[in-house]
Amino acid sequence: MNAIYILWLRQLKRYFRSKSRIIGSLGQPLLFLLALSFGFGPIFQKAGGGNYLEFLAPGVVAMGILFTALFSGIEIIWDKQFGFLKETLVAPVTRLRIMIGRTLGGATIALIQGIIVLIIAYFIGFRLSSINLLLAFVFMFLVAIIFTALGTAIASLLEDMQGFQLIMNFLVMPIFFFSGALFPLNDLPRTISLISGANPLTYGVDGLRGALTGISQFGLGTDLLVLILTSAILLFFGGYLFSQIEI
Amino acid sequence: MEEKKPIIKVVDLVRKFDEFEAVRGISFEVEHGEVFAFLGPNGAGKTTTIKMLTTLLKPTSGKILINGFDPLTQQNEVRKSFGIVFQDQSLDDELTAYENMEFHAVLYNVPTKLRKKRIEELLKFTELWERKDDLIRSFSGGMRRRLEIARGLLHHPKVLFLDEPTLGLDPQTRNHIWEYIKDLNQKEGVTVFFTTHYIDEAERSAGKVAIIDHGQIIIRGTPSKIKEQAKAKSLEDAFISLTGKEIREEELGVGESMRYNQRLRHRRQ
Ligand SMILES: Nc1ncnc2c1ncn2[C@@H]1O[C@H](COP(=O)(O)OP(=O)(O)O)[C@@H](O)[C@H]1O
Ligand SMILES: [Mg+2]
Repeated sequence: MNAIYILWLRQLKRYFRSKSRIIGSLGQPLLFLLALSFGFGPIFQKAGGGNYLEFLAPGVVAMGILFTALFSGIEIIWDKQFGFLKETLVAPVTRLRIMIGRTLGGATIALIQGIIVLIIAYFIGFRLSSINLLLAFVFMFLVAIIFTALGTAIASLLEDMQGFQLIMNFLVMPIFFFSGALFPLNDLPRTISLISGANPLTYGVDGLRGALTGISQFGLGTDLLVLILTSAILLFFGGYLFSQIEI
Repeated sequence: MEEKKPIIKVVDLVRKFDEFEAVRGISFEVEHGEVFAFLGPNGAGKTTTIKMLTTLLKPTSGKILINGFDPLTQQNEVRKSFGIVFQDQSLDDELTAYENMEFHAVLYNVPTKLRKKRIEELLKFTELWERKDDLIRSFSGGMRRRLEIARGLLHHPKVLFLDEPTLGLDPQTRNHIWEYIKDLNQKEGVTVFFTTHYIDEAERSAGKVAIIDHGQIIIRGTPSKIKEQAKAKSLEDAFISLTGKEIREEELGVGESMRYNQRLRHRRQ
């Protein structure tokens, strides 16, 4: 067994041992799927957008991943407060590897969460028209990595949960709303398209939608490239901030 | 005779928290294979010093060498050289006792076969083997402490740091654990650096003692030398005559000290 694996395993054990966390974090995506697809579905169809659930489902899957991934940063703050972080920080393992282990753990959990949302969407009536499930998982996992690394980076700078919660509230909704998860990004005011263009989730949603429904705005190659680059940058950035933690 | 380099070397070490100087220019050396005690009342700066020696805190100024490496610039080499039992709690509550041990063993690269053997041996030694598959959440303060010590002894490093290791344990368990540590020191030559505010523990277990108060080392040497210099009958008398006060007497159990630490941390935020 190696260090990255055991760090990953620890995250998963903690996740599967807290059933309330699993179920609790499914509420929001479920609500979005139901309320929006029934509420906006008819209008979307009339406006010539096609089946709204088909458009929406990849976005809500991405949302489930986004929330779980970003909030997994809070584990670092827990570990700080409950003292366990010290145990990993003095171990003869580079902080970058610790960061990678933790991020992979958090990202795997976010991916599982995304898959559950996908299954729920299926039961609500979402049908995959182009079934490239493997590619979809690749996009989901990249989104998970990016936002777990971001959450970890932010948590490395903070001491308490309230501060983390506050920053998350500022981040999560804009990232979600301006990602093309809920509405198409063409024909938007310039400022908003600029914001969306700088938002990594935009490429995740686009890629996921492309893989699941065959409709993509930027092309899957572009999406993949942007996501891979962003995850590499955030991993190193997060790794650096993590390595600066003092206790 | 060949002069061996000290395994711990500290020169003019200072650590400030904002304006407050918790460690105020201490210097000392610890030789290979020694058992060295840092004796001082609560708030003397013992934990802060250990944190700097173990790469958790950066010194404000001064120089440290652990096994020849600098904790500021050669963190990984330093981390490969030591093991540590922290003063305040450091277990994962959501894992079992066995999983906590295993996690540590993997991080410290203890080979699989040896890992299983040592985990079993140490859990039995600390009388936790029956509870190995229980979550730490259900453990009492004393059980947690014993597990933390067992975990600290899993890999055999060059230097073992113990920050008030036996705080809150009953005398019998304390003796039992010290036997093990002394054995490790004698058989494997592991250097032991521990802090305590129990004078008898320092006197009984350490070859050399440094008395620290208000972030400064007041005196250091073998217990008998310290007594001689302070013209005192016991180490306790020496301590009182050197610091002008009694060592903090009321004892905190581990649970209490944990809560105490948490309060401290909350206040610091
Ligand atoms: N992170 C911190 N921020 C501010 N003050 C601290 C911090 N850590 C320790 N101190 C202070 O430094 C002093 C020394 O603390 P410590 O090293 O824990 O003492 P000891 O371990 O000898 O009991 C205490 O007065 C303590 O309150
Ligand atoms: Mg202390």
